[in-house]
Amino acid sequence: MSIELIIGILNIVLISTTPLVFAGIGELVTEKSGVLNLGLEGLMLVGAVTGFITLVITGNYFYSLFLSIISGVILSGIFAFLVLNLMTNQIATGLALTIFGIGLSAMLGKKFGGTPIDGLNPYYFIVISFLLVFFVAYFLSKTKTGLIVRAVGENHNSAYALGYNVIKTRYLTIIFGGVMSSLAGYYISICYAPMWQEGMTAGRGWIALALVVFATWKPWRLLVGAYIFGGVAIMQMNLQAIGVKLPGQFFNMMPYLATIIVLVFISSNKLRLKLSAPSSLNIPFEKNQ
Amino acid sequence: MQSIVEFKNIYKAYPGVTANDDVSFNIKEQSIHAILGENGAGKSTLVKILYGHVKPDSGEILINSDLAIINSPSTAKNLGINMVFQHFSLFESLTVAENLILGMNENISLVKLKDKSKTICDKYGFNLNLNSPISSLSVGQRQSVEIVRSLLNNPRILIMDEPTSVLTPDEISKLFKIIKNLVKDGLTVIFISHKLEEIINLSDYVTIMRNGKVVSTISTQNEDPETLGYKMLGYKVSKAKQVSDINFSKDIFNIKNLSTQSQDPFTINLNTIDLNLKKGQIFGIAGVAGNGQKELMEILLNENDYEFSGDIIFKGLNINNLSTFQRKSLSISYVTEERLGHSAVPEMSLSENIFLSMNHKSEFKKGDFINFEKINSYASDVIKNFNVDTPSYNVKAGKLSGGNLQKFIIGREILSNPELLILSQPTWGIDAGSEAFIKKTIVELSQKGVSIIIISHDLDELLEVCHQISVLYEGSLSNPLNVEDINITKLGKYMGGLFD
Repeated sequence: MSIELIIGILNIVLISTTPLVFAGIGELVTEKSGVLNLGLEGLMLVGAVTGFITLVITGNYFYSLFLSIISGVILSGIFAFLVLNLMTNQIATGLALTIFGIGLSAMLGKKFGGTPIDGLNPYYFIVISFLLVFFVAYFLSKTKTGLIVRAVGENHNSAYALGYNVIKTRYLTIIFGGVMSSLAGYYISICYAPMWQEGMTAGRGWIALALVVFATWKPWRLLVGAYIFGGVAIMQMNLQAIGVKLPGQFFNMMPYLATIIVLVFISSNKLRLKLSAPSSLNIPFEKNQ
Repeated sequence: MQSIVEFKNIYKAYPGVTANDDVSFNIKEQSIHAILGENGAGKSTLVKILYGHVKPDSGEILINSDLAIINSPSTAKNLGINMVFQHFSLFESLTVAENLILGMNENISLVKLKDKSKTICDKYGFNLNLNSPISSLSVGQRQSVEIVRSLLNNPRILIMDEPTSVLTPDEISKLFKIIKNLVKDGLTVIFISHKLEEIINLSDYVTIMRNGKVVSTISTQNEDPETLGYKMLGYKVSKAKQVSDINFSKDIFNIKNLSTQSQDPFTINLNTIDLNLKKGQIFGIAGVAGNGQKELMEILLNENDYEFSGDIIFKGLNINNLSTFQRKSLSISYVTEERLGHSAVPEMSLSENIFLSMNHKSEFKKGDFINFEKINSYASDVIKNFNVDTPSYNVKAGKLSGGNLQKFIIGREILSNPELLILSQPTWGIDAGSEAFIKKTIVELSQKGVSIIIISHDLDELLEVCHQISVLYEGSLSNPLNVEDINITKLGKYMGGLFD
């Protein structure tokens, strides 16, 4: 393989992996505070279609980015209201959000399929994604607010007893996760593709969810994991191009297989599970009345 | 001295129970004020209301004669009210320093925190390593972290909810010294307990609560445990005294050289435990929680295939590899610590809970179906013979009070005619009436020839019913002591690990 080819492949990996980093790092913060949001795929699709439609109508990148982010705030805000205030089951609500997002984005985008647009340069977003991982890692490990987020995810009753507002903390982390997901979607429809097509996130939301577990809730590992997952997907195309006969499904399966292996590894030992997973994850918080 | 806290007509009801009924009393500044009452008397609810953790239905709280509206723990902290919880509010996977920072009202740098906590530790004799994770600390050390965390906020009022229930006698006297020094320096301490002697030793005033109501608020000066106990309960409790001089001869249960080697720092490794139990004997295993009781119980039950070396022998048969139900079939019965979720399923009826524990017995089955006639009549027998207060056996287990459910669970096991009964914390958190009934039942059972092992943190309970007591400390079991030879000083030393 020539140097040019390798650089070319690395370039493609860089460009195609960024949405995983965005969605993954957002979900990581949400889960660190003890909430599991399975709605990433739906949030990404709505973020993608909102940004795309706004760009087609107004031609303004700033407006499109802004509205895409707003869509994430609104949808994740609804999710937060349901699971935090009405205490609905997080898994069922997250799944519903995904299904809702798939349907909503398909409906909104119906007329816009195939409309050509000028895409944005992806490199800005790539740089931002790296900075974000750095920022989140610093925030969680070094700042008091980050410590509060971890404390809420670790033991919400204790955090409440100490005077912290569990619900407010979780609202903020859920909305942060939602905004990151819609950014990931925006990146796909405006920079990566750039176009709109129904279901164009193609399961990246699920991979991002798997990624958080794969990274055992650690930001830097998430970045590495994202590039491994992204690299495997690109490798598939290149290997097929040079004539290696492996079925495509094999590569599609890889991220999930890797996640299952990591899950088995961390759950095989109670201690490892305790030290890596936020203890209050997926447990509803009920205030004493 | 003027009043720092005034409770005025506090009322709080939960579905089916009035936790606080028209509670009014005052707490004087710079005093140690105890709140005494049985489990369920409303003590915890009242202090949680003061701490903003629970909202009262009506009533007012005055702090320094000003009306205070305390609707969250953070408001309470701003008023200078801090609380040390009974079930610690620490974060296990975080370090001591991180836990301290989380308890602080203001933002503070790590260096400043170290200075500040060192000043407090030196002044009052705490010993903390700021960098250790909480999970590596003993229960006593965890409590120190909780107290230092509260003191960092310079509180005026410190609430302590049953602070001694998890400490050794040595640690308790150390804690009392610290509390007295704190009060000298201007703090007001509200101290919750159901232990009469402690209250008389430590506190200046005591408010006695019964069924959510204040019975009286008095100075502790002219009180002794008996008068105080009578005021708390409203009646006298007769003690179940064990007959001591019996010659036990027949071996029934032996543990030989039992050890575990787990790598998990969240569990305690057991260290060459030997135990010999005779027919009709009651053997108590004392010790502060977290010294290996949970691990020992898991091995005795064999629910989770806990790995261990050594032998467990029941009537000459090695039962190391037998499952829980196989052990039950050999007439060993168990009552575990958690009533709801382990001993009984809260969402299922009492009858169904009978079946879950007894399904190794063919008489409760008709082929593959449940023989409801049999289990219902069994449940009725338990309810009748063990004074369980419930309208019927169709009531869900979760609806029963702690004391009634515990009587039901113990009755369920006893009616299956065990030869060995293993109990963990049999009277923890239940009312005095049920407690006395259960103790009496246990003593009577041993007189019929049943051997009993009781794992408990409650020394008084063990001293009352057992023939022999050993202490579990960091996974090692002390030599057995005959109850008639025991004095509390010796037992205190044992609980601090001073045995060979």
